[in-house]
Amino acid sequence: MSSLSGNVWLSGFSTWKARFISLRNINWGRFSVISVPYLWLAVFFFIPFLVVFKISLSESAIAVPPYTDLLDFDMEEAYLNIKLNLGNYLYLWEDSFYFDAYVSSIKIAAVSTFFTLLVGFPIAYLIARSDDKYRGILLALVILPFWTSFLLRVYAWVGLLKKQGLVNEVLMSMGIINEPLTMLQTDFAVYIGIVYTYLPFMILPLYSALEKMDISLLEAAEDLGARPIQSFFMITVPLAMPGIIAGCMLVFIPAVGEYVIPALLGGSDTLMIGRVLWDEFSLNRDWPMASAVATVMLVFLVLPIMLIRNKSGKEEGM
Amino acid sequence: MNASELKSTITGVANPVNTELPLWKQPDATPFVRIENITKKFDDFTAVDNVSLNIYKKELFCLLGGSGSGKSTLLRMLAGFENPTSGRIIIDGVDMEGIQPWNRPINMMFQSYALFPHLSVADNIAFGLKRQGASKHDVKTRVAEMLDMVQLGHLGKRKPHQLSGGQRQRVALARSLVKRPKLLLLDEPLGALDKKLREETQFEIMNLQEDLGVTFVVVTHDQEEAMTLATRIGVMNQGLIVQTDEPHDVYEYPNSRFVAEFIGSVNLFEGFVTEDNVDSVRIESKEAGCPLFVAHGISCAPQQRVHVALRPEKINMTRVKPAQDDNCMKGEIIEIAYMGSLSVYRVRLQSGKEIRVTQPNFARDMGERFTWNEQVFLSWDVDSSVVLTS
Repeated sequence: MSSLSGNVWLSGFSTWKARFISLRNINWGRFSVISVPYLWLAVFFFIPFLVVFKISLSESAIAVPPYTDLLDFDMEEAYLNIKLNLGNYLYLWEDSFYFDAYVSSIKIAAVSTFFTLLVGFPIAYLIARSDDKYRGILLALVILPFWTSFLLRVYAWVGLLKKQGLVNEVLMSMGIINEPLTMLQTDFAVYIGIVYTYLPFMILPLYSALEKMDISLLEAAEDLGARPIQSFFMITVPLAMPGIIAGCMLVFIPAVGEYVIPALLGGSDTLMIGRVLWDEFSLNRDWPMASAVATVMLVFLVLPIMLIRNKSGKEEGM
Repeated sequence: MNASELKSTITGVANPVNTELPLWKQPDATPFVRIENITKKFDDFTAVDNVSLNIYKKELFCLLGGSGSGKSTLLRMLAGFENPTSGRIIIDGVDMEGIQPWNRPINMMFQSYALFPHLSVADNIAFGLKRQGASKHDVKTRVAEMLDMVQLGHLGKRKPHQLSGGQRQRVALARSLVKRPKLLLLDEPLGALDKKLREETQFEIMNLQEDLGVTFVVVTHDQEEAMTLATRIGVMNQGLIVQTDEPHDVYEYPNSRFVAEFIGSVNLFEGFVTEDNVDSVRIESKEAGCPLFVAHGISCAPQQRVHVALRPEKINMTRVKPAQDDNCMKGEIIEIAYMGSLSVYRVRLQSGKEIRVTQPNFARDMGERFTWNEQVFLSWDVDSSVVLTS
């Protein structure tokens, strides 16, 4: 009897020991794998952000680089002076120009994201439901525009949308309009530019979500009495939701800070934070102000996204 | 045929106490589902080829066939997911042409179960009722009823991925029954379950069907499943229904070599008719090495080539030559498989043909057991074998 319990104890000890050893091994392996992306994020995202944040707390100065230092070490008195300038943020708050720019950026980004979704969903659906033979080609076509320069593609839209552009010429020759429409240098052109540019970022996550969906789920819904439109909204859309969220994020986030598209296609009254940022940075040469604008934009964007991620993460865990 | 009356009392079908003939044996009964000359073509491939079939109320009809036999296509046409190229489907007196799946009084249990992964078990079951516009209270009580029926009352809040295979199968069954369909279609209902669960579920489905009185059409490739579940089996091959009969008849009286070989195992002897009487035939077969006498008449030309089908369990194996010249062959045991309840032997005849013989293990110790390379005599009754002309 005692020898039996001794055996049990021994075997318990040895499994415990084995577990300890394996745990130690796994931890190192895990650490080295996980650390790579974290290191990447730290070096190329977090540290630059800290630098920007630091600059935003300084004052602009006529110097190289054009801002004051935060730390000032007084040799004689052995004082370390830390001078934090919150004036930039205060100015952001006081001057409604910046607030309007943020709101307008978010509005333009949201509207274009909505239209990107509207255009992208049917395309992604079609690709996901198409024959295996054509799927690769269709996906390649979606990615194909990336092979030419982004700037060139936006310039191409200038050629299409201008007064004597292709769109106006065609519409006039067909007799639909008598006078050329003013499309360039309007918000409309910005929407078109953003939808066009970011469409692949919408289509790809949507495609991967829709492609996984079992077609028999739709048949089951129809079998249980749901019309196609009902089964679309009750089955397809909820199941594509991860793709919809991912696609909207991928479009919305860069669209908020978009500079090139509003600069080339938008009018002088198209207010977007990317342009404000650029103007502060290069025209006014006010690096601290530009940094403050950038920091606030990041907070504006990151907070809601973290909330959404947190929520969807919880739902998935359930 | 006297045996056929005997058969129906043995299998007892829907209601063992009921001495009335089952509906499909009553000549004036109206079929519940009438499939009339249905053909379905995909491009130039004919999946279902001019099939006609009557299914009666409260039947549990099995469509049995291999992959590509057209059984699933036929089921999908009943559900309305495919439109027939030609022919009509009439369910409960209503022509189904142009009626969309969501308007048919039919529900289907999918092979993959097709449970909605984003909805809870209860919401999955409620889905059909809500589409019907049932009141909140009705939905709640009906869902609770169905959950109790499939013994999943405590799991209503779970998501499908948190259930085991057997539980998912029962949720799928509950979801397809909750709208009280006139006709329930089941696509390989037990395909994804392990053996033990299959047997349990088989009986559950049979009981449910009897209790609810719903007409079931089951598609399966598993002959065992079809044999236990079905009131009648329609055996399909290459888009055609080759035989429609009760399980017992399909097994004992196959009408073709395909059916005989598809269902269970069978020994086939090729030969030609030497004596053609009204109620018996004698067949000469080189493979068998003895005259084969079968106690049922066939319609055939003299000297026609036919096959005699003989089930392994119908053969009697002895060491001593039995006192009969017909249906008696000599051979040598070349393989033995002891399977507990029975033993399977492979016997090589003098002609070189190998046949399969199963013998039940009656006693725990059967005295001197048959062993390898032993010379044995195989014999069977005159009404144990069947002549197949096609």
